[in-house]
Amino acid sequence: MAIAAAAHGAPEPDFYHAPSKHKGIFAWILSTDHKRIGILYLFSLLTFFLIAATLGVLMRLEMLTPGKTIIEPQTYNTFFTLHGIMMIFLFIIPGLPAVFGNFMMPIMIGAKDVFFPRLNLLSWWLFLAGGLLALVSVFLPGGATDTGWTFYVPYSIRTSTNVIPALMAAFILGFSSILTGLNFVTTIHRMRAPGMTWFRMPLFVWSLYATAWVQILATPIIGITLLLVAIERWFGVGIFDPSLGGDPILYQHLFWIYSHPAVYIMILPGLGVVSEILPVFARRTIFGYKFIAYSSLAIAFVGSLVWAHHMFTVGMSNTGMFVFSFLTFLVSIPSAIKVFNWIATLYKGSIALEVPLLFILSFIVQFCIGGFTGLMLGALAVNIHVTDTYFVVGHFHYVMFGGTGFGLFAALHYWFPKMTGKMFKKKPAVVSWFMVTIGFNVLYFTMFILGYQGMPRRYYDYLPQFQTLHVIATVGSWILYSGILVMFVNLLISLRKGEKAGANPWGGETLEWTVPSPPPLENFDVVPTVTTGPYDYSKYEAVQEAK
Amino acid sequence: MSSEVATATTQGHTHRDDAGTKLGMWLFLFTELILFGGLFIIYAVYRFSHGAEFELAANELDRLVGTVNTIILLTSSLTVAMSITAIQEGKKNLTLLLVGMTVVLAFAFLLNKYFEWDHKIVAGIYPGSPDLINKPQGVILYFGLYYVMTGLHALHVIIGMVVLVVMMFFVKNGTIHKGSFVRLEAGALYWHLVDIIWIFLFPLFYLLH
Repeated sequence: MAIAAAAHGAPEPDFYHAPSKHKGIFAWILSTDHKRIGILYLFSLLTFFLIAATLGVLMRLEMLTPGKTIIEPQTYNTFFTLHGIMMIFLFIIPGLPAVFGNFMMPIMIGAKDVFFPRLNLLSWWLFLAGGLLALVSVFLPGGATDTGWTFYVPYSIRTSTNVIPALMAAFILGFSSILTGLNFVTTIHRMRAPGMTWFRMPLFVWSLYATAWVQILATPIIGITLLLVAIERWFGVGIFDPSLGGDPILYQHLFWIYSHPAVYIMILPGLGVVSEILPVFARRTIFGYKFIAYSSLAIAFVGSLVWAHHMFTVGMSNTGMFVFSFLTFLVSIPSAIKVFNWIATLYKGSIALEVPLLFILSFIVQFCIGGFTGLMLGALAVNIHVTDTYFVVGHFHYVMFGGTGFGLFAALHYWFPKMTGKMFKKKPAVVSWFMVTIGFNVLYFTMFILGYQGMPRRYYDYLPQFQTLHVIATVGSWILYSGILVMFVNLLISLRKGEKAGANPWGGETLEWTVPSPPPLENFDVVPTVTTGPYDYSKYEAVQEAK
Repeated sequence: MSSEVATATTQGHTHRDDAGTKLGMWLFLFTELILFGGLFIIYAVYRFSHGAEFELAANELDRLVGTVNTIILLTSSLTVAMSITAIQEGKKNLTLLLVGMTVVLAFAFLLNKYFEWDHKIVAGIYPGSPDLINKPQGVILYFGLYYVMTGLHALHVIIGMVVLVVMMFFVKNGTIHKGSFVRLEAGALYWHLVDIIWIFLFPLFYLLH
């Protein structure tokens, strides 16, 4: 096909217009092209995100006044469960790897697709199946799950709500995540273009590589654990049920053996996006490339050994508590290495304050706040005071939303011209960034104070003394939610009416900016040969030095 | 999984990278090992806390049945390994025979397992049974794990059988041949996984003394 087009002198069509053997929607949902699969993920993922965010806003609204505001207590329980399951398994975990990893990673390493394209499509189908199952479980007789996203036993064995469909959904989504990780590791090992050595890979690819290993090695544990809860419900086997001799704390260990590494599955690609976008808008080579690359691996490794810091108040030996607290502190070292390197990259750069960079700057500040409060939670004495309060909720959202969520918004704006061929309107994008940042901090910083004053998380009702802070947080949620809507509407309008973006609107130096926007079906006419590292801004730096 | 072969392009010319395909397969096998690893952790914890009751419960299992099944699975691993050598030498019929023998042995394993479970269930030992619920907690845990772990293993035996039958089909229609047999290798790797998990299950449940 490429040859035929070249013979007629016409440019090769982009992947949206490439011929397909399927018609209509099937050209999308049966496509094995990594770019189409990335777009499929993007739309399904943002749909789930909007549903889950709406649930979040409704929960905040309920907390506006003590007692009942709009929903019943049981509905509130199902809301926070569904909000957690959807945000974690359907948005943050697949988030950056499934959308931007799929779309960009093969191009960034100079490949034409991922190593197992059909397996890639299967991953998306599993993702969709899991997502729909989670949604359907809400409407089945028995009612939506009310266990919280952690499915703690023995309550998850005893509640009469639809726990099994929710467990199966998480199991299927885990399988999808494993297959994506397996695909990425194989792709990065086997399909790098000539000259694309390990230390010439863009840092986003490094972060995906570290993430993929955690996906492969940690996810099977949650798979078997959730399966056991389902078997427990079906047959009463007794593995976790204390009345039959089972140990519920063992469940918590197994759950967190996966779910703590899973927070690194969520944050590592976000850190990768920062390292990717920062040098482009600072017009400067990233500071400490190797340290950032290795620190991703270090976070992935040490992060796999800290799970029991979720269980300091559950019952553990003092030795165990000291060890897990110490290891938790250790994770902050590679995280801090990244932050210091980012700041050093900005130093003396010629900074262009474009929209992606704005989101990245919010990311860095919020990630630092999330990180420091993480250290507070990792300290044994403080932990006992603030565990299971809004402090934890605040911390988690600062890292996951303030970090990865903002990283996803940054990536969305950064790669939007490449994925669509259109440029978004800048002014509404800046407005949305401002609203999202303000709303986010008003909402979640208030939670730190609430938690520190003793407001427990997941409670439907509260004492009147907490009301002022709850009102502030709820107002924050309105600003945040409106900001998100402004952002999405702006991007949708730009999709139709945006100006044409060239191949390289930001002046990026990585391989995806060398191909047309949107890229053709096979990405490259000729497989590129790589001769330099990813962020070669020496020409800008020379100018800067001269000043 | 094993029928997946690297196709780097949708436009006709395929690029083959058998080493990469095998890397993907090995990664998949790691995830399977870790899946069972979770169960082995649970086994270790409960055996540590209920050691004596585990030994008591293990007496109820028939060691002969377990040994026969171990021999069957080890033999099936041998035949599937031999089938790789056969396909490398281009002996199509011998390959079919050896993979076929593996499937038959797998079926024999399942049959044996079926009678063993049936025997236990008739004797009133199954999760939630009135007999079992009155026994010591260690015994309940032991049989809970016994059914879950051997059951999950049996499920893997069935998946492995299906994979091998598909491989036989590929050998027969010439998709798998002397010059390209990475799918058969991947299928055989999966079968060895099924085998090695049993190698751990057998002593942990049958040889407790």
